[in-house]
Amino acid sequence: MALYSEKVMDHFRNPRNVGVIEDADGIGQVGNAKCGDIMKMYLKIENDIVEDVKFETFGCGSAIASSSMATEMIKGKPLSEAMQLTNKAVAEALDGLPDYKMHCSVLAEEAIRSAIDDYYKKQEAKKDE
Amino acid sequence: MIYADNAATTKMSKEAVKVMVSLMEETYGNPSSLYSIGQKAKEVLEQARADVASVIGAEPREILFTSGGSEADNQAIRSAAALGAAKGKKHIISSSFEHHAVLHTLEKLRKEGYEITLLPVHENGIIIPQEVEDAIREDTCLVTIMFANNEIGTIQPIREIGAICRSKGVLFHTDAVQAIGHVPIDVEKDNIDMLSASAHKFHGPKGTGFLYAKKGIRLSNLIEGGAQERGRRAGTENVPGIAAMAAALKETAAGMEEAAVKTAAKRDRLIKGLSEIPHAALNGDAVKRLPGNVSFCFEGIEGESLLLLLDDRGIMASSGSACTSGSLDPSHVLLAIGRVHDVAHGSLRLTISEETTDAEIEEIIAAVKEVVTYLRGFSPVWRDLTEGKAQFIL
Repeated sequence: MALYSEKVMDHFRNPRNVGVIEDADGIGQVGNAKCGDIMKMYLKIENDIVEDVKFETFGCGSAIASSSMATEMIKGKPLSEAMQLTNKAVAEALDGLPDYKMHCSVLAEEAIRSAIDDYYKKQEAKKDE
Repeated sequence: MIYADNAATTKMSKEAVKVMVSLMEETYGNPSSLYSIGQKAKEVLEQARADVASVIGAEPREILFTSGGSEADNQAIRSAAALGAAKGKKHIISSSFEHHAVLHTLEKLRKEGYEITLLPVHENGIIIPQEVEDAIREDTCLVTIMFANNEIGTIQPIREIGAICRSKGVLFHTDAVQAIGHVPIDVEKDNIDMLSASAHKFHGPKGTGFLYAKKGIRLSNLIEGGAQERGRRAGTENVPGIAAMAAALKETAAGMEEAAVKTAAKRDRLIKGLSEIPHAALNGDAVKRLPGNVSFCFEGIEGESLLLLLDDRGIMASSGSACTSGSLDPSHVLLAIGRVHDVAHGSLRLTISEETTDAEIEEIIAAVKEVVTYLRGFSPVWRDLTEGKAQFIL
């Protein structure tokens, strides 16, 4: 049996939504290099819809695959829905992750939450101006 | 396929396979049986013992066959600890980058009341003999230092450390699993009291190894039962494995000098090629290292992704990254030579053999360059480094 499912390997080998959004409306970064995983998510939001999402990841195969899958799952979705994305849903969409790699899916969920939080904070700041 | 993980295991030699199969199909008797097929197996077993002994300058009776390097390490250390305890000596000296077969055994002994000193291995991955001497106390019963490191390939000053132990009357054990068959070893000249080896690291079969213990050293049993191995290791001997190990060791030892020169030249080309990658560094001393070992750290990337993408390109390698070990920490060896976590996660170990071709070396260099560049391309760590938001370490 292989370490990863075919889905994980597909998203690892051909990650979707890789890169940077220069004028992102929300940016979230989680993890740390000491532990070997860092995920950074960039969001473009229009009318409370995730118009575009990109990621950059330093990490193992499942970290890259989880980032890729998570971006696919929220792209084009309303923010309220994106906010509900769980690590379990990401792992399931990848046809499962080994137990000791589940934290990669947790990071993906946290990275998206963090980017959405950042978006709301920036909106608040704009209102205050 | 390019197999560059010979420190993990090696392909069995044709001769070793032939010997093994003939023992399974023909001379399958139990060496403890008195009829001819059993006695024939016994002869094969004792010939293997003599062959293994002669390669390392030992006497046949000083060789004890085991299931591999880990068992040999466990038995050597446990035996020395028991001998020490009988004299009230419960201090053991080792190094911080030993194999887990040694470190975990020592950790257990520590819980049983022994005191363990782990010596530093410094930035170049080499122990300083004077530091061994300084660490030896009245109650030291064992010094155990590996011959060559399994991850970074650095070769230790075994003869000097052995001489110090002899002069102080302390037992000296070395885990030579990675060294045997690759560098010359003579237990007499190198002042070694006990030595562990594993067959599958020198083109022999898995599940077979041996412990050399100088005559006069009373070994404790790990496995109780029958009187095999002069009562020191119970269980019917793995005759096919043992004979195949002896065949592989004889073959490897015979061609060792020539192979070492050729392999080291390829290793150095590989090191030179990979050194062209920016913010990369060789782990361990560049000269005092095994002929086939190349170990690098690349800043801004993680080792497991690197391995998976190299695998896609047909290259088999390994890494000391946490993600490949199933734990949160990267390799204790890389941390021991002072690599910080962030950098240690981006490690790559390539261990080539005499069969690796020049063309394969060039293919590896090209593939690693390509994959490192690709992974750095979407690494937030690399972005921060290149944008000056974080400081380069390498």
